[in-house]
Amino acid sequence: MEFLQPSTWTEALQMKSAHPEAMPIAGGTDVMVEINLDRHRPASILDLTRVTELNQWGADGEFLRIGAGVTYTRIIGELGDRLPGLAMASRTVGSPQIRNRGTVGGNLGSASPAGDAHPPLLATDAVVELASVGGTRRLPVREFFTGPKRNAMKQDELIAAFLVSPAKGPQQFSKVGTRNAMVIAVCSFALTLDPVRKHIGTGIGSAAPTPVIADEAERFLEGVLDEGGLWEKPASVDASALARFGELVAAAAKPIDDVRGTAAYRRHALAVMARRSFGWAWDEYRTKASE
Amino acid sequence: MKIACTVNGRARTVDGAWEGESLLSVLRDRMQLPGSKNACEQGECGSCSVYMDGVLVCACLVLGGQANDRTIVTIEGLATGTALHAVQQAFVEAGAVQCGFCTPGLVVATHDLLARFPEPSVMQIREALAGNICRCTGYAKIIDAVQLAARRIAVDEHSAR
Ligand SMILES: Cc1cc2nc3c(=O)[nH]c(=O)nc-3n(C[C@H](O)[C@H](O)[C@H](O)COP(=O)(O)OP(=O)(O)OC[C@H]3O[C@@H](n4cnc5c(N)ncnc54)[C@H](O)[C@@H]3O)c2cc1C
Ligand code: FES
Ligand code: FES
Repeated sequence: MEFLQPSTWTEALQMKSAHPEAMPIAGGTDVMVEINLDRHRPASILDLTRVTELNQWGADGEFLRIGAGVTYTRIIGELGDRLPGLAMASRTVGSPQIRNRGTVGGNLGSASPAGDAHPPLLATDAVVELASVGGTRRLPVREFFTGPKRNAMKQDELIAAFLVSPAKGPQQFSKVGTRNAMVIAVCSFALTLDPVRKHIGTGIGSAAPTPVIADEAERFLEGVLDEGGLWEKPASVDASALARFGELVAAAAKPIDDVRGTAAYRRHALAVMARRSFGWAWDEYRTKASE
Repeated sequence: MKIACTVNGRARTVDGAWEGESLLSVLRDRMQLPGSKNACEQGECGSCSVYMDGVLVCACLVLGGQANDRTIVTIEGLATGTALHAVQQAFVEAGAVQCGFCTPGLVVATHDLLARFPEPSVMQIREALAGNICRCTGYAKIIDAVQLAARRIAVDEHSAR
């Protein structure tokens, strides 16, 4: 096995171009499990932890641009106020040891349907920045996941960063699992309320071959809020509308039966999480509006 | 490959490590530091917990080469001289040790917790130690030990002032 350790971003891209087969490693919380258990033995490995550019975040126009190597612990501590949904999801990842090493770039790289960063990134219309020696391209995260553990990254590309708007309104994330920590989601749901664009964003995890959005549910709820003039005068939302929202979220999933849960359970849980998440987010919006 | 890092205050170099080897193997098999335990090699049990540049990590999930030039502190590096560290002493006294396999990881994780939250609530303790599995004690005495250590450290710091 060859060990490559670039110290700059340019060097990392050059090495990836010269060794397209090289397996990148960031926090190692997915890669090392594969190597330790001998599930996969890459011919060469590209350590990205020395590349300072990947560990930085900052403003990029109206977006926040967050380096692929920023850990969950730092997202919680440094960005929790601006990205509350992603921070809530980050708090549910593994244990302190895992959050101290694991990165959103690694979550995107693994592209597991159960990756906890994915639903909040979908719900906030995040953009993934991919780079190679040939140049940089930005891809909506909605187009990034191409199949179970598959993504749109080309062989000579690396994930540089993701871009996301700071929250304009309440955000929520919920996850079902057998324990309060150290669990892969049975299913998960993220919700974003954007009062500026009058937009509802959703993201569903662990209930389809890839993380997905609930497009129809978003449009339905936007319609309910618009019709009632509720963004301007936030009254309570009709229970039947909430039930319909839950149904549409469940319908957007394509779950399977597996060791963690049945398809029917996942659909049921998604409808419940969707209703509750909206309830919590809407309460927060109404409280802020009445202040 | 060659790996050079600082471990428990000493500069250490290892030659001939396999490129795919974890920091845990490097510590245990090449540096004769068997305190950090190998129980799962997949980040699930926390018995390999160490500090890398002051950050609590599972040594089994750090690739050896990633530790190059870094500063590592293991369970062997917590005590000074022959006296146990307050966290170690509290684990002994509270009866939080049975087979002892999980203990080094729990002690290091507790050390990290108390540095961040000197007076942790039971919820904070459970949350901070969620990644450390113990198959013997049932955790009640581990939580007692953490609280005892917190009180001891608070008293020591008070009398040091
Ligand atoms: C005990 C345990 C608990 C866990 N719990 C959770 C959980 O609750 N929720 C969850 O979502 N995940 C969980 N995970 C999985 C893992 O921690 C996450 O997927 C994490 O985000 C991976 O990040 P990393 O930096 O460690 O990735 P690595 O393991 O370093 O890399 C993961 C993948 O991404 C690629 N990669 C990394 N960085 C880049 C880059 N910049 N460009 C291109 N490719 C890159 C790698 O080649 C690899 O394919 C858990 C893992 C363990 C061991
Ligand atoms: S051996 Fe590292 S977490 Fe279990
Ligand atoms: S004392 Fe035996 S595993 Fe904890």
